[in-house]
Amino acid sequence: MSRFALHRLWAIVLKEFIQMRRDRVTFGMMVGIPLMQLTLFGFAINSDPRHLPTALRLADHGPYARALVAALERSEYFTIVREAETEAEAAALLQRGDVQFVVNIPEDFTRRLLRGERPTVLLEADASDPAATGPAVAAARTLTATLFDRDLKGPLTRLRGQPGPVDFQVHAHYNPENITQYNVVPGLMGVVLTMTMVVITALAITRERERGTMENLLATPVRPTEVMIGKIVPYIVVGYIQMTLILIAARFLFRVPLEGSLVLVYGVSFLFIAANLAVGITFSTLAKNQLQAVQMAFFFFLPSILLSGFMFPFRGMPEWAQWIGSGLPLTHYLRIVRGVLLKGSGLTDIAPELWPLLLFLAVALLVGVKRYRRTLD
Amino acid sequence: MAAPAPSTELAIDVAGVSKRFGDKTVVDGIDLQVRRGEIYGFLGPNGSGKTTFIRMLCGLLTPDAGRGTCLGFDLLREQTAIKPHVGYMTQRFSYYEDLSIRENLDFIARVYGVPERRAAVQRSLERLGLANRSHQLAGQLSGGWKQRLALAACLIHSPQLLLLDEPTAGVDPKARRDFWDQIHQLAAEGLTVLITTHYMDEAERCHRLAYLAYGRLLTRGTVPEVIAAARLTTWIVAGPQLRVIADALRGRAGVEQVVAFGNTLHVSGRDAVRLDAAIAAVRDADHTWTRGTASLEDVFIGLMDATRDNFA
Repeated sequence: MSRFALHRLWAIVLKEFIQMRRDRVTFGMMVGIPLMQLTLFGFAINSDPRHLPTALRLADHGPYARALVAALERSEYFTIVREAETEAEAAALLQRGDVQFVVNIPEDFTRRLLRGERPTVLLEADASDPAATGPAVAAARTLTATLFDRDLKGPLTRLRGQPGPVDFQVHAHYNPENITQYNVVPGLMGVVLTMTMVVITALAITRERERGTMENLLATPVRPTEVMIGKIVPYIVVGYIQMTLILIAARFLFRVPLEGSLVLVYGVSFLFIAANLAVGITFSTLAKNQLQAVQMAFFFFLPSILLSGFMFPFRGMPEWAQWIGSGLPLTHYLRIVRGVLLKGSGLTDIAPELWPLLLFLAVALLVGVKRYRRTLD
Repeated sequence: MAAPAPSTELAIDVAGVSKRFGDKTVVDGIDLQVRRGEIYGFLGPNGSGKTTFIRMLCGLLTPDAGRGTCLGFDLLREQTAIKPHVGYMTQRFSYYEDLSIRENLDFIARVYGVPERRAAVQRSLERLGLANRSHQLAGQLSGGWKQRLALAACLIHSPQLLLLDEPTAGVDPKARRDFWDQIHQLAAEGLTVLITTHYMDEAERCHRLAYLAYGRLLTRGTVPEVIAAARLTTWIVAGPQLRVIADALRGRAGVEQVVAFGNTLHVSGRDAVRLDAAIAAVRDADHTWTRGTASLEDVFIGLMDATRDNFA
C-alpha cells in the first residue's frame, strides 16, 4: 500500500487549477491585489515627505534674509504658501493645519548677522505627526550652517559657520537618496504574498467542507499530505506570477536598483510562499466556514504587516513586539528580499534568516496535516 | 496499487458496532452481515444513525466499540485498505459543481488510479447516458442528472461494495426506476450494495432489509421475514367518511395504528384477538372491511411508534 502517490497528488493539482480558472472573483483578487498594493504603496506612501506648506513671517527684507528663504525652498522640504503679518496670524495658520511650518525671520536679522551676533530664526513646526516634520527639520538645521559662506567675503569671512571639533562624515549605503520606494516595493512582494496566499488557501479546505465535497474526498484513498500539497502547488505558481509582476514594476516603474541575484530571490521565495500557504491550509482546517477562514487570515495578516518591519522600523519596536515579529515569516523574508535586492547579499548573508522560515514552514505543515485528519471524526 | 480485497463470503460482517458523538450514542451495538452480490436495504427515520453507520463502513469514521470487517478488511485497523474497493454516494451531492461532468469523473478516476483512465471515463459516460453532456458543469445539472453523475463517479473504479446514502431523494419516478434497474444489473454482476431509503417500493426491491431507529437495529431479513416477524394483523377499511371511522378506532384496546392509505384505512395491531374485537365494535355496513396481511409500511410505522415509546 503506497503511502504517497503522485497520481493522486496530480489529480488534486489539476482539479485546483481548473477550479481556480473557473472562480473569476478569486482570480481577479490574485492579480488585482498586487496591482492595487503596488499603486498604493509604490506611489502613495512616502516616509520622506517634501514640499510641505510653510508660512513665512518675514520682518527683514534684506538680501541675507531672502537668501535664507530661497535656500529653505531649494531644499525641497519647504514650500512657502503664505505670508503671515503677525504672530497671531501665524499661530492660527498652524492651528488650522493650513501650514506645517512657520518660518520667523526677525527685523534685525541682517544687522545682527553682520555684527556676528548669531541672529535667531524661529522655525515653528506642527509636530503632531513626527514622521512628517522630522526630515524637514533636520534639513533646515544642516542648511543654515553653511548658507552664507559664499556671501560672507573679505572682512566678513570671520562670520562664516565654524566647523565643529569633529568632522562627522555620513555615508548612507544602499539607498543614499533615501527614496522610500526602494524600501517599500521589494517589501511589497512579501506583503502581497502574505495577503493573497493565506486568504486563498484558508478558503481551500473550508470550501470543500462547506460545499459537502469534503466527505467525498475523505472517502477516496487520498491522503492528507496529498490534499495539502496538491492544494498548495497551484498557488505556488500564482505566488511566483505575483512576484514577477512586482519585480517587473520595481525594475521598470520605480527604477529600484536590483543589486543581487534574482535566482536567489526566486529560490528563497519558494520557502516563503509555501510557509504562507501552509498557514492558510491550517486556518482552513480550523475554520468552520469561509467567513471564519477569512477572519483568521486577517488575524495573521495584521501583525505581519505591522510588526515585520514593512511599515515601521523593526528596531524601533519594543522587545516584546520584536519577539512577535521574529515569529512571523514576513519579517525574515523582508530582510532577505531587501538584502538581496538592495544590498546585493548572497546566500551566506541571508542564511540567518533562512532557518526561521524553514522552521515556520515545518510547524505549519505539521499542524495542518494533524488537523486535517480529524475533520470528520 | 492497493492490496486486493481478501475474498470472503460476507462483504460486510460487523458485531456490536457503536459510535458516540459527545454523550449521544448515534449507533448502538449494531450486528450486520451482508453477503456478496446482495442488495441490502437500510431503513429508519431521520437521525436513526444510518449515515453514521455507512461512514464507519467506508472508513470515514472509526467505531468507538465493536469489531468487524468490510470486504475482509478490519474496520478499525485497515480503514485505508477499505477505501479503494468501496464506492460511496453521499446523501448530499458532493462532487465539484464548478467542474464539468467529465472533469469530475476524470478527477475521481485519477484519485483511484484507474487504469486506462480515458477509456474508463468514456465508458462510464456512455453507460450512464451522459456522453453528450460531458462538458456541462455539474452545478448546472438537475437533481436526476446529478444523481446519475454521482453514481457514475462512485462506480468508475469498479468497487466491490457500493454504499448509497438516500440516493433517490428528490429524484423523479422514471429516473428512480432507471436507477434501480441499474443497481440490480450491478448486483447481478457481483457488486454488493448497501442502500438507505425512505421509500417502501424501494425497500421491497432489496434482497434483504434492516430497520434502524435510535441507533439500534430493530429488525432484519427478507421482506416476508420482516413482515412475519412483526406479527402484525391489519384490517383494511374502504368507503366514505373514513376520518370518522379512524377517530372511532383510535385509542381502542388492540388498535395500535390507524393510517390512511389513499382511499383506504389500515388498522393494525399485534394482538389479533383484541384487534378483531375492536373492529367488531366499530364495524358497519357502509364500509368494506377486509382482514389482510400487514404491508411493509404498516410494519415500519409500527416499529417507529414502538421504539418512540421505548427510547424517547
